[in-house]
Amino acid sequence: MRTVDLIVIGAGPAGMAAAAEAAGAGLAVVMLDEQPGPGGQIYRAVTGSGAVRGDVLGADYLDGARLVEAMRQAVAEHLSGAVVWQIAPAAEGITVTYSRDGQAAQMRAARLVLATGALERPVPIPGWTLPGVMTAGAGQILLKASGLVAERAVLAGSGPLLYLLAVQMVRAGQSPVAIVETQGAGDALRALPHLVRGLRGWRVLVKGLGLLLALRRAGVRRITGARDLAVEGEGRAAALTFTAGGRGQRIACETVMLHQGVMPNTQISRALRMEHDWLAGQHGFAPRLDAWGESTVPGVFVAGDGAGIAGAVAAEAAGGLAGLQVAHQLGRIDMATRDMRARQPAARLAAERAIRPFLERAFPPAAQVLAPAHGTIICRCEEVTAGQVRGWAKLGCTGPNQTKAFGRVGMGPCQGRFCGLSVTALLAAAHGMAPEAVGAYRIRPPYKPVTLGELASLDAGEAP
Amino acid sequence: MPLIWRNSGRRVLAFRDLSPAAPRVRVMLDGQALDLPEGANLAAALLGAGVTVFRRTPVSGAPRGPFCMMGACFECLIEVEGITRQACMMQVVAGMVLTRPGGKGGA
Repeated sequence: MRTVDLIVIGAGPAGMAAAAEAAGAGLAVVMLDEQPGPGGQIYRAVTGSGAVRGDVLGADYLDGARLVEAMRQAVAEHLSGAVVWQIAPAAEGITVTYSRDGQAAQMRAARLVLATGALERPVPIPGWTLPGVMTAGAGQILLKASGLVAERAVLAGSGPLLYLLAVQMVRAGQSPVAIVETQGAGDALRALPHLVRGLRGWRVLVKGLGLLLALRRAGVRRITGARDLAVEGEGRAAALTFTAGGRGQRIACETVMLHQGVMPNTQISRALRMEHDWLAGQHGFAPRLDAWGESTVPGVFVAGDGAGIAGAVAAEAAGGLAGLQVAHQLGRIDMATRDMRARQPAARLAAERAIRPFLERAFPPAAQVLAPAHGTIICRCEEVTAGQVRGWAKLGCTGPNQTKAFGRVGMGPCQGRFCGLSVTALLAAAHGMAPEAVGAYRIRPPYKPVTLGELASLDAGEAP
Repeated sequence: MPLIWRNSGRRVLAFRDLSPAAPRVRVMLDGQALDLPEGANLAAALLGAGVTVFRRTPVSGAPRGPFCMMGACFECLIEVEGITRQACMMQVVAGMVLTRPGGKGGA
């Protein structure tokens, strides 16, 4: 089997920075990424179809091209369209199995950096499964990669991404109908005490204020403190309904873009049985790492939002740190060189993380989303409601894995990516337990569905 | 069927294409011809063409369409040459034969 020094999974800012740093130190690095081009979701298509839309997407987006260029110069091999579906750490190395163009293949490395980023937090509200309802991240991806802007969209939920997307839509000549926000004045008050310590991350605040100003100038309607969100429609989204200012409201639209912040994509870190911690401020799990990003599985690093949400700038810094440590562990740079080169990214990472407690409190997930109503679907694939999970809890079901036996929750094609946190939260509430005590789904390979044809195409090059 | 809104006689879609001049190729969706931008993301191209329902669920037959656009939610599943694939992870190729999975409720 082909063996290299380092495999990086994910070509977003963390993965590109890790790969460039390690390759720059002389390591043989292979980058595996699912998308047709580098950039991850934040810089999706930045050197492809998105490059011509800088006027809409903004300077921070275009800055991703710098990272792509650095990676391309340093890393000899970037395999796009590669879907990783099994990873096996062992004494002789970490074996990664992936599919590309319907052909499965394996590769082994001494070290692995997981840079698989974030997923949108599930937004289980009535009607969220209707066609025409998508995540705000999806709305941005459509703009970046495909130049599509929604004609009559309501953006709903909480978080700075809603403002950024709205401003990009304004620049594209298609303002959203409204932004319906679930956070309220109380959240701003709770966030304020964290502002002073967050001032090191002032750039984020300046950018946020600039976005709000642009929205005001463009006359985009903003409604805050909204509750009881629901999407109405027969066969597709037709309106968003909610309560705000003490009365029920209904906004007709064709598209609803939901957002309640993002959470670490822990699918592979869970599958590798890394230790995870509950991040109360982020209402989610993240793998436990050392200062360089190495997990509790020796030789496997996690960098970027997959290690806890901190944004693209922090991801680039964390990726650089992981790349340096891998180069050091494999004997390419000494400790003094590592530490000297780490100084700048470490400082950047700390500054970017400093603003997060403020943002987490200013834009918390809505109560309605953390504890959905009985009739609301929480598992989109198997169409399981919150009430069903609560019912199973009453019957004595204590763990997320047991819920699968009760009603197939988490067993559809998304493999629990969009219901895992909801199931953990529902069981925790039902039993009065902490989320970390309840735990999360046990994830097994294949991490993404593979066809029998792909399996059969796998030539392991040795007896199984 | 693709959902198309009529507004003062003009075809209005849920999404507007900022670069509509891209060269198009013909694909077949449930036996009907569609002209989509060549090499475009398949899910995005279908949305841009006014297709909102990509499939019906096997559990209840409920309609579904793209949700995450990044390969995680599996809502945009569509049959490409008979194999169920994530439309958001595919690119438009001339002559593609697409079928919307019908589920229990039928297409």
